[in-house]
Amino acid sequence: MSEPLVKQLGDIFEDSLVACEEALGEVTVEVSKDDLLDICRQLRDQDELAFEQLIDVTVVDYLTYGQDEWATTEATGSGFSRGREESQPVRKSWQRERFAVVYHLLSIAHNRRLRVKCFIKENRPSIPSVIDIWASANWYEREAFDLFGILFLGHPDLRRIMTDYGFVGHPFRKDFPLIGNVELRFDAKQNRCVYEPVSIEPRVLVPRVIRKKKDETVYVAAPEQGGRDG
Amino acid sequence: MAEIRNYTVNFGPQHPAAHGVLRLILEMDGETVVRADPHVGLLHRATEKLAESKPFNQSIGYMDRLDYVSMMSNEHAYVMAIEKLMGITPPKRAQYIRVMFAEITRILNHLMWLGAHGLDIGAMTVFLYTFRERETLMDAYEAVSGARMHATYFRPGGVYRDLPETMPQYKESPFTDKKKADELNANRQGSLLDYLWDFTEKFPDCINDYESLLTENRIWKQRTVGVGIVQAERALQLGFSGPMLRGSGVEWDLRKKQPYEVYDELEFDIPVGKTGDCYDRYLVRMEEMRQSNKIVRQCIEWLRQNPGPVMLDNHKVAPPNRETMKHDMEALIHHFKLFTEGYCVPEGEAYSAIEHPKGEFGIYLVSDGANKPYRVKIRAAGFAHLSAMNEMVKGHMLADVVAIIGTQDIVFGEIDR
Repeated sequence: MSEPLVKQLGDIFEDSLVACEEALGEVTVEVSKDDLLDICRQLRDQDELAFEQLIDVTVVDYLTYGQDEWATTEATGSGFSRGREESQPVRKSWQRERFAVVYHLLSIAHNRRLRVKCFIKENRPSIPSVIDIWASANWYEREAFDLFGILFLGHPDLRRIMTDYGFVGHPFRKDFPLIGNVELRFDAKQNRCVYEPVSIEPRVLVPRVIRKKKDETVYVAAPEQGGRDG
Repeated sequence: MAEIRNYTVNFGPQHPAAHGVLRLILEMDGETVVRADPHVGLLHRATEKLAESKPFNQSIGYMDRLDYVSMMSNEHAYVMAIEKLMGITPPKRAQYIRVMFAEITRILNHLMWLGAHGLDIGAMTVFLYTFRERETLMDAYEAVSGARMHATYFRPGGVYRDLPETMPQYKESPFTDKKKADELNANRQGSLLDYLWDFTEKFPDCINDYESLLTENRIWKQRTVGVGIVQAERALQLGFSGPMLRGSGVEWDLRKKQPYEVYDELEFDIPVGKTGDCYDRYLVRMEEMRQSNKIVRQCIEWLRQNPGPVMLDNHKVAPPNRETMKHDMEALIHHFKLFTEGYCVPEGEAYSAIEHPKGEFGIYLVSDGANKPYRVKIRAAGFAHLSAMNEMVKGHMLADVVAIIGTQDIVFGEIDR
C-alpha cells in the first residue's frame, strides 16, 4: 500500500525532497525549511495525496542522541542513566542540525499516513507555521514553541500553553534538567508564593551496574557523568 | 449614556463542570460567548520528559495516568509502539485479551462520559446508574491486574498475566451480612470470563435504561440538539478523531480502517452521525457501547476455547516466571537485568495509533538504541478537540459551553500530559 506512496512522492516532488524512505511500514519524508509550505500545501491539495488531516506536530531535540553512560567499573550510589547495547554501533555525536520538527499526516481518502520531517538550526530556531494549511496546527505549534522554543513564523497566537504563567526556559530541550531550575513555595513572611533555585539534588534510583566489554578491557566512566537526570 | 462593553468571565479551574482543571476565559456579550480562550497545562506533569529518563517498561504506569478514565487504552498504544520498534508480535491469546480489555475500557470511558455529561446539563440520575456499571468493570480490572484503575497490565510482548480462574469474593463483615454477601457474590462464582459474560448479558438492558432516560427526553434534546455543530470538512481541518469525527458524519475508525491486534477477526459496526451536533455525538457514543459489548462477547468466546501463553517466551523482553528463577541461574540473571537495566530497543522511530475511546491516541517513539526512549510524543485526541473550543462555542450561550465541554469528552490527564 505504501510502496506506491514513496514512488508517488518521488514523482511529484522530485528533487525538492531531501530524503524519502520507508521504515517499519511508515513513510518519512524530509524537506527543507524553505520548501515546507509549498510541499505541505501540495500534500493536502493534490488528489492522489490528499492528506487532509494533520494529526500531530512535535519536535525532537537531537542534542544527546546516541550518548550513553553505561561504562563503569564499580557500583556507585549515583546510579546509571542511559545505556546502549554494545552490538549496535555508537555514534560519536549527532552530525546534523539539532532540532527536527516532525509532522504526522493522515489521508482519510487513501487511508495512509505520512511523516514529514524538517531539520532546523540550533540558533534562534524558526520554521514557517502550517496553520493556514491545517487549522489543527494551532495548539500543536504553541506546545512546540513552549516546550522547545521553536518560533513558528506566521502563527497568530504563539503563547505558552503547557508551562506556568511567567515560566522561563524551554523544558523539553535535552539541556533542561528533569527536576527544573526553580521551585515554588509559599512564604509566610511576604505572604505570597516565591520562586527559588531548586534545593533537591538530582538522582537516579536505579543502581549502577558493573559492566565489562567482551574482551575484558574495562570501560572507565568519568565520575561526574553519572546520575544527572533525576 | 453608559458605555457598553463585553464582560470577561473566568470559568474554572475549580469548577465542577470544567472536567478537571480547565481554565476558560470567556468574553461575553450579555449571555452570548464572543470568544473563548482555554488555558490548559495546570495538570502538566511532563510525562514525555519523564519517560526519557526511565527504562521503557517503567513508563507504562505513566500511560495509565494520562487519560485516567481509559487506562488500558493508553498503555495499548505505548506497548504497541515498543513492539513495532522491536519487531515482536505478542501471542494471539494476549492480543485477544488486550482487545477485550480495550473494549471494556471503552465502555468504562463512555460510561464516565455519559454520567458526567448528564450531570453537567442537568440529568442527575444517569450518573448514579453509569457508576453502578463502572463498578462491575473496575472489579474486572482489579481481578486481572490487582489495581482498580492504574492497571499497568499490558506489557511489550503480551500481558502481565493470564486471566484469573476465580473471582475475589465479598466477605461477611459488620457492614455486609451473610445474605447481602451471597447476593453480591452470585455472579462471582466462576472465572473472570464468566463474570464478564454475565455483565455483557445484562449490559444492553442497562444502555436501554440510560436511553429511556435521555434519548427522547425533551430537556436533554433542548440542551444538545443543534449545539456545537461541526461540519465534516471542518472537523477534519481541526484534527478531530474518534466519536467527534464520526458524529460529523465521517466514517473513520482505526479499528476498521487500519486494524491492529485482532480487530480484523471481529465483527462490529461503526456508528456515524449526521449533523455533527452534541446530540449526534451522544447517539454515536451510545451505539459504540453496544458495539463494544458485542466485541467483548466475541473475545470471551474465543478466549474460552483457546488457552495458551499470554506473553512471549523471549526473556530479553519478558521476565521469566518466579518458579523457574528458583532453580535456573540464567533465568535469575535475565530477571535481574530486565528489572535494573531494562532492554535496549533498536534504533529507529515509530508511530503507533489506536482507536482510543476519545479518538486517535498515538505514540511517536524515537529510540537511539538505548534502554530508555530518546523521545516519546503522546498524541492525545482531547488536545485537538479542546483547541477547537473557541470555534465550537462562539455564538452560543454560556450554558452551552458546559454542554460542549461535556460532548468533547475532555480529560485533563491526556490533554496536559
